[in-house]
Amino acid sequence: MRSIDAGYLVLAAILFSIGAFGLLVRRNPLVMLMCVELMLNAVNLTFVAFGMMLGDLAGQVTVLFVLVVAAAEVVVGLGIVVAMARRRPGATADDIRVLRG
Amino acid sequence: MSLSILAQTPLLTEQIPTPVVSWPALLPLIVMALGGLLLLTFASLFGRRVGTPFFTWWTVMTGLIAFGTAVPLWAQVQGWDRRVLWWNPEQTPAGAFSTVGGAFGIDGFSVLLTMLIALAVAVCALVMAGTSERDGERHVEGPALLILSATGAMVMVGANDLIVLFLGLEVLSLAVYVLAAMNLRRVQSQEAGLKYFVLGAFSSAFFLYGIALVYGGTGSTSLVNITGFLADNLLLGSSSVLVLLGIALMVAGLAFKVAAVPFHSWSPDVYDGAPTSSVAFMASVVKIAAFAGMVRVLVVGFDTFAADWRPILQVLAVLSLVGGALVALVQTNVKRLLAYSSISHAGFILLGVEAASDTGTRAVLVYLVAYTFLVIGSFAVVSIVGRSGDGMHSLDSYRGLGRVSPALAGTFTILLLAQAGVPFTSGFYAKFYAVIAAVDAQSAWLAVVAMLSAVIAAYLYLRLVVTMWFVAPGDQTPAPGLPIPATTGVALVVCVAVTLFIGITPGPLTSVVDEAPPVVVEPPVEQVADAPGLDGLPPGLLDALGGGGAGGQDPLTVDPGGAGTPAGGAP
Amino acid sequence: METTAVEYVVFALCAVIVLAGAFGVIWFRNPVQAALSLVATLFGVAVLFLNMNAQFLAAVQVIVYTGAIVVLILFVIMLLGVDVEEDLEEEPLVGQRVIALVIAAGVAGLVVAGVTLGGADLVSGARSVTGSIVDDVSNIEQIGRLLFTEYVFALEITAVLLTIAVIAAVVMSRRPSEVEPLPAENASMEPPEPMEPEAEEVFD
Repeated sequence: MRSIDAGYLVLAAILFSIGAFGLLVRRNPLVMLMCVELMLNAVNLTFVAFGMMLGDLAGQVTVLFVLVVAAAEVVVGLGIVVAMARRRPGATADDIRVLRG
Repeated sequence: MSLSILAQTPLLTEQIPTPVVSWPALLPLIVMALGGLLLLTFASLFGRRVGTPFFTWWTVMTGLIAFGTAVPLWAQVQGWDRRVLWWNPEQTPAGAFSTVGGAFGIDGFSVLLTMLIALAVAVCALVMAGTSERDGERHVEGPALLILSATGAMVMVGANDLIVLFLGLEVLSLAVYVLAAMNLRRVQSQEAGLKYFVLGAFSSAFFLYGIALVYGGTGSTSLVNITGFLADNLLLGSSSVLVLLGIALMVAGLAFKVAAVPFHSWSPDVYDGAPTSSVAFMASVVKIAAFAGMVRVLVVGFDTFAADWRPILQVLAVLSLVGGALVALVQTNVKRLLAYSSISHAGFILLGVEAASDTGTRAVLVYLVAYTFLVIGSFAVVSIVGRSGDGMHSLDSYRGLGRVSPALAGTFTILLLAQAGVPFTSGFYAKFYAVIAAVDAQSAWLAVVAMLSAVIAAYLYLRLVVTMWFVAPGDQTPAPGLPIPATTGVALVVCVAVTLFIGITPGPLTSVVDEAPPVVVEPPVEQVADAPGLDGLPPGLLDALGGGGAGGQDPLTVDPGGAGTPAGGAP
Repeated sequence: METTAVEYVVFALCAVIVLAGAFGVIWFRNPVQAALSLVATLFGVAVLFLNMNAQFLAAVQVIVYTGAIVVLILFVIMLLGVDVEEDLEEEPLVGQRVIALVIAAGVAGLVVAGVTLGGADLVSGARSVTGSIVDDVSNIEQIGRLLFTEYVFALEITAVLLTIAVIAAVVMSRRPSEVEPLPAENASMEPPEPMEPEAEEVFD
């Protein structure tokens, strides 16, 4: 493994955890959606990096599917946000309280 | 000019070797996906004329037909009399097999759960029809999303590739997020949908990251290749790091979906806010699919790492069993109470997964079959008692239900007693097999914890039963009149019948479950249409053509009718 | 495979851009600024894809992510007028940030430790199982071939996925004929922490 390969993996891990952290602490649903995108991008980076290291194309093809999933997720998430904001215009704050039992 | 480029590119001059597709094996999936699409088409063309009864009828029929198409598959897997099969049985020998290049497996496990999902869709559609009729909702999207979501669940139970598993999970989850947020009249419904969506996407990302790390550690996402690789290579020390991390992240992702403590925080709020008929679906089908995925990934795919993942599942199981039962005790909202009780049920099913054995998988299957009908029935009752607007879910709404509607209260009593694990109900055998599996797997202490939590949970169900039947003399009678919609009534009869049938004669279920072990099977030899360019290709390209270790291309399996257009005339 | 100096420089530059963008997403109070930071991250990832010889994915990344997804998010931000600043000082729940930090640091720490300690035999997987990368055939062609052979089943499932996304958009954009009043004190969601008073009117 080249040192730059380790760099890709470490970068992806940091990106993933930034996304996870942001999703848990931010309260604006749209920003949470962006944090999900950060996490998925980190996974994509990992897949392509492993694919390159293994000399395998499967990593790249998988990223294509993740892209489709990300697009579909954004549509569903934005749909719910729009429906909710229509009822409750200030819907940025505590309407979803993550991590509450 | 472009022609000369084409001539230099050898790939364009031969046909693409498409994987063998066993259409009968995919028939349940096709029926479901097509059923959902046709339903949408009909509704958009004739929606005003046909109305809700047609949507319900269509959804139930789709579920039943999918069930019917799965029956011959069961016969095929079991090697029964081949005359039941309407396709040419010579192509696929008896026993489990996989198709579409090994992406989708047909074994006893997947066929049984496919049937269960199909039935669950039919029953859930009946429950949904009851509430939408009462509340005057005439939308087709609910039934259509039920069907499409269940398609994802069916993909998951048969997935032989982690990417296919992930995509099935997303199909299932995205539809369920919408089902949760679908009641546009109540803002709580959208809050529930948003909460479910955000935490669901969060857990999906963890699951996917786990897949990525496993890909790095084993070189493939196909379970066939992974099991083969792990059987040939002993991963120790630093070379096992990626696989171990990947397993841990995948377990975390799936634990979110089954709402195991400490990944449960979404479930009470979502169950509370979402429309009750949607909750019936998400509490049953989502759990079936997620546990099927868990069994397939852990017990089948990574059984060589059982010593590493079993402790994680033990912790999850204990926390879910005890936490679910204890927190449920203090709930005053019946939907939240059932949410915590389903967390406790998840703990029991985790016992079966944790056992990492055939006995454990059998326990999982028995529990899933019993639990599915119990939970759908329970939420069907809740949807009726919730009354128009789906808002009355406090314990007080159930006070004196036995006087208002003895039939409904009696039904709910049977279902609750079954959830408590009383003998002569399906719940008893479900819990029994889970405990047996734990003892069998040398974790008797888990069995003790499970039985203690069952005792705590029994108090909880009994409290609800007492609330329904025994009223203080001076208590005023609640609002009279609680009509049971006909469709919901049918669903309740089915659920109670299954619960009592399994409880009184468990023989048929256990003998079916005994024949349903999950396996991964290599795909059949790929069909290679004539490939004249093969000789001149670089060796790396041959690997690319051969695909996932499918054992080479037999030139005799040339199928003149195979897919791919003859791309002659390029030079 | 030797690493050229260019590869290192590109990687270092992009890593900085990606991380700065990611920090921007969780740092900026204004969602518009957060979305623009997301664009920086996505572009950085696209260039990293190029650096790893995944040309097709780099193009798709730019087209789909920045061209469609971020624009969609920005559009919704503007549509709803929710580009109000969020108070980041006030912690939503006691201890939530600590828990989030523990989770995030745990995941990153485990993977980073694994990568740095793992050394040469970290990536233990079998090589080129599904399809080897061939240098003299274009990237898009190889991906297309794999999509329609090994991954044709997954490709079909994405069709169902997109159908559901369409239905979701239709369902969620529908206006209800009648609405229940907003819960005054959000009774059903169990009221441990006080909600802000909900005096806003329903605008439909």
